[in-house]
Amino acid sequence: MAIKSDEVGSPAAEARKHGGRIFALWFVASVIVDLVVWFVWGPHMAPGFMTTTAAGQVFDFKVLTVLSAPVLLMVWIYGGYSLIMFRDKGTHEDGYYVKGNRKIQATWYTLTGILVIGLAAFGTYELIAPAGAGVGEGPSPIWKPNNAGHTLIVQVIAQQWRFTYRWPQFGGMETTSINLPVNTEIQFDVTSLDVIHDFWAYQLGVKADANPEVNNVAYTKTLQTGRFVVRCDELCGIWHGAMYNYGHVVSQSSFYSWAHSMEAQNASLTKLLPKFSTSYLPKDNVVGGQYFNSSQA
Amino acid sequence: MAIDMSQSTGVGRSGDAGGASAAPSSRYRLNFITGTIAAAIGYLFGHWLGNAIAGHYPSIVNSGSNDPAMLLGFIFGTVGWFAGLGALNYPIAKLWGREVPLAEKKDKYPFMEYFSYSTDHKVVGKQYLVGMLFYFFIGGLLALAIRTELLSPTYHIWGPATYIEVVGEHGTMMMMMMTSIVMGPFGNFLIPLMIGSKKMAFPRLEAASFWFTIPAFFALLSALWEGGFQTGWTGYAPLSIQGGVGQDGYLYGFAMMGFSMILASINMVATIINYRAPGMRWSRMPVFAWGMITTAFTMLLSVPVLIDGLYVLGLDRAVQTSMLYGEHGGSPFLWENLFWFFGHPEVYLLALPGFALTTEILPVFCRKPIFAYKTSAAGMIGVAVLSFFVWQHHLFNSGINPDMRPLFMLSTELISIPTGFLYLVGMGTIWRARVRFTVPMLFMLAVFFNFLWGGITGVYNSDVPVDALIHGSFFVMAHFHFTIMGQLMFAVMGAVYYYTPLLFGIKLSEKLGKIHFWSMFIAFNSTFIPLFIVGFLGQPRRVFEYATRLQGLNQWVTISSYVLGLSLAFFVVTFVWQLVVSRPASPKNPWESRGMEWQVNIPIPAENFERIPVVLSGPYEYGNPNAGPIADLDPVVVGSES
Ligand SMILES: [Cu+2]
Repeated sequence: MAIKSDEVGSPAAEARKHGGRIFALWFVASVIVDLVVWFVWGPHMAPGFMTTTAAGQVFDFKVLTVLSAPVLLMVWIYGGYSLIMFRDKGTHEDGYYVKGNRKIQATWYTLTGILVIGLAAFGTYELIAPAGAGVGEGPSPIWKPNNAGHTLIVQVIAQQWRFTYRWPQFGGMETTSINLPVNTEIQFDVTSLDVIHDFWAYQLGVKADANPEVNNVAYTKTLQTGRFVVRCDELCGIWHGAMYNYGHVVSQSSFYSWAHSMEAQNASLTKLLPKFSTSYLPKDNVVGGQYFNSSQA
Repeated sequence: MAIDMSQSTGVGRSGDAGGASAAPSSRYRLNFITGTIAAAIGYLFGHWLGNAIAGHYPSIVNSGSNDPAMLLGFIFGTVGWFAGLGALNYPIAKLWGREVPLAEKKDKYPFMEYFSYSTDHKVVGKQYLVGMLFYFFIGGLLALAIRTELLSPTYHIWGPATYIEVVGEHGTMMMMMMTSIVMGPFGNFLIPLMIGSKKMAFPRLEAASFWFTIPAFFALLSALWEGGFQTGWTGYAPLSIQGGVGQDGYLYGFAMMGFSMILASINMVATIINYRAPGMRWSRMPVFAWGMITTAFTMLLSVPVLIDGLYVLGLDRAVQTSMLYGEHGGSPFLWENLFWFFGHPEVYLLALPGFALTTEILPVFCRKPIFAYKTSAAGMIGVAVLSFFVWQHHLFNSGINPDMRPLFMLSTELISIPTGFLYLVGMGTIWRARVRFTVPMLFMLAVFFNFLWGGITGVYNSDVPVDALIHGSFFVMAHFHFTIMGQLMFAVMGAVYYYTPLLFGIKLSEKLGKIHFWSMFIAFNSTFIPLFIVGFLGQPRRVFEYATRLQGLNQWVTISSYVLGLSLAFFVVTFVWQLVVSRPASPKNPWESRGMEWQVNIPIPAENFERIPVVLSGPYEYGNPNAGPIADLDPVVVGSES
């Protein structure tokens, strides 16, 4: 099948001529684009650096972009060059008869293979090393932060169509707003009272589905103070688009004064809540959580 | 060339299936009108039956909806539809011991043939083309409705309930239609011509596969009048169990489309394996046929899982089994797994036909052979096989199996290797070509340009830590619109321009085609590239309210989508005008293609080939001075005098 590159005419010389130009164009463009991505865009890249996992997302996004920009440019520059140089100039001729080239095919398979295996290895490391990378790990997480002793636990309870938060380390109180202390390891226990929702704290770099009757644990560590937005990210019915609220990462002292005052304020209500648990049956909280008419049966 | 071509097996002959053929007189034919009447009767009967059986159950009395009545109405309506179309005449006649031959194929059919249960593959191909484009344009109008709502972050045109109905209808309709927009029209029409056959293997299944798409469409659309469904096309439980009877339209319509896909793919596999002309070896088979057989196998193995899932959902809704919600032992994860076990192979079975068309058409306008033909077939097989091992990448945040995430990340990224094969083939083919920039060629080049965005951002989606950022956002939405609309729909549009000489005997205007192409290409990219940014900056999918700082980008996208809509409207008007009014005649083989399908006369004779041709060489020998003709169209037949 494959014709050796020096059998017909001077295809090797043609290849060197065009290939050299394409390579030079590609190399220069790739270096420029990659430098811009890393040094100009990178420091301002969303979702920012409020937590370890958000910073991790920025780093991973940056690495993937630096790797994929040259691939994109390779196809564009090769394609653009070829379409201009190898267009039909009105002569209505046929093209150069070649059906394959072992060397080029083998190089292509090898390079794409290496790139893909490398990407998978990189992604796996970036998933495991930062304790699950802010992704919901289900009820029994397998990648945990090292100093699991000093972890603030926040339970996120999703229901149609709002988020509330329970704080087992503060008497099991339930709040409608969320504040977090800076420089603290956070464990989110995410669950739902009705359908599937998703807890997406954009600036915190945390995303975990809220499944009914199942706990879904995600970790992060706060690094900077500031405001973050929480949005539902799994279609949960007509008001899905309005299911969002805001939270703040604050200094440790203001967090503790907020939490203790909330605990005292809510004490009478906390007594009425079902006992803290990693998940709830819908009938434990009839207010918004009853999704299936089980009392009929 | 002494090959035994005697037709004792009946292959390639219409009618005459052996036995005593008491051909019924075809004075009048049943058609879609009788089908509609029978469907209405069936629906009313089924709805009455459902009320009679289930109406008194306490869970139904005060609910305002009766799922058994709805589903039985759909089921009996579909049975009525097929009876009214005449699809059941054949099995009933068989039960009476009579042998009914297939209808005789004709060079020219009366107009009503196109609204009847036709068993001519060329008629079915055209029916499919019009049907699927109709689906596409209705789905497109729904997309414009979505974009209109998103003009403002706070001011609402539809309100949340209507908005979510429109989102669900758009997504489901498009995902149903895209599965069949290549295999239906181009597969059915072209595969027999390409492999040198007079027909598809199972003409009656072929007809059934098309006529299933009609109840699928109307069942899905009917949801709009039943309060819609709130789940989007993914139908996640328990939200899909919570919803009203509109959800039944979703699950029934999707299931009917599944039936259509299964029938079409069985037919495709059987035809490509068994109906190739002598000399049409696997190594000479057109790439399009490779695309069709890999797509068909992927469908055959994945669609039954979807139908299972919808069946389970229907039972949970109608008779309160509890398989998809937790309270009585089921699990919403079951639906997520069943759905995506189908859903991910599905998106690849949308991509394969697009690449098949592109790779098929590219060499014609490059005037040189496909570069690394075997690699392109291997790429398609590789994509098809790997597509079954990646589905949980949709569930990276769900909490399922965190220990499996590295594996699904790896398998998903591995799929870029066979996809890369297809780029190697495309790039190798334009090397030192003599590129002719016709309208079909422009569309095929756009396929490579658009899919590159979709493919590269697919790697971002597969990377678990980055997926934590972009999962469920507009980034993902832009990604799959590039792979589906940017790739598949551009390939389909190119194929429409390329194959109209064969389908309709006309050659569409290059000038009008170029206006369509450039407006569609620019508006498409202008619509979807900003959506990557919108999603990256934190806008989830399927929301009707978003951050005010994203309003500028969203408005840009909406305006672009209107231009895209205008471009497609321009296509419809010019296409219909040329098809019905001006009819610019096409010469035989206007593109100077070597493909078998172009060796026939225009219009194509009723039986395609007078004799089964003998294939002598591959279809892509452009630029080969020693290349003989692709096939002997008039081979000497052993046992005949000629
Ligand atoms: Cu939600």
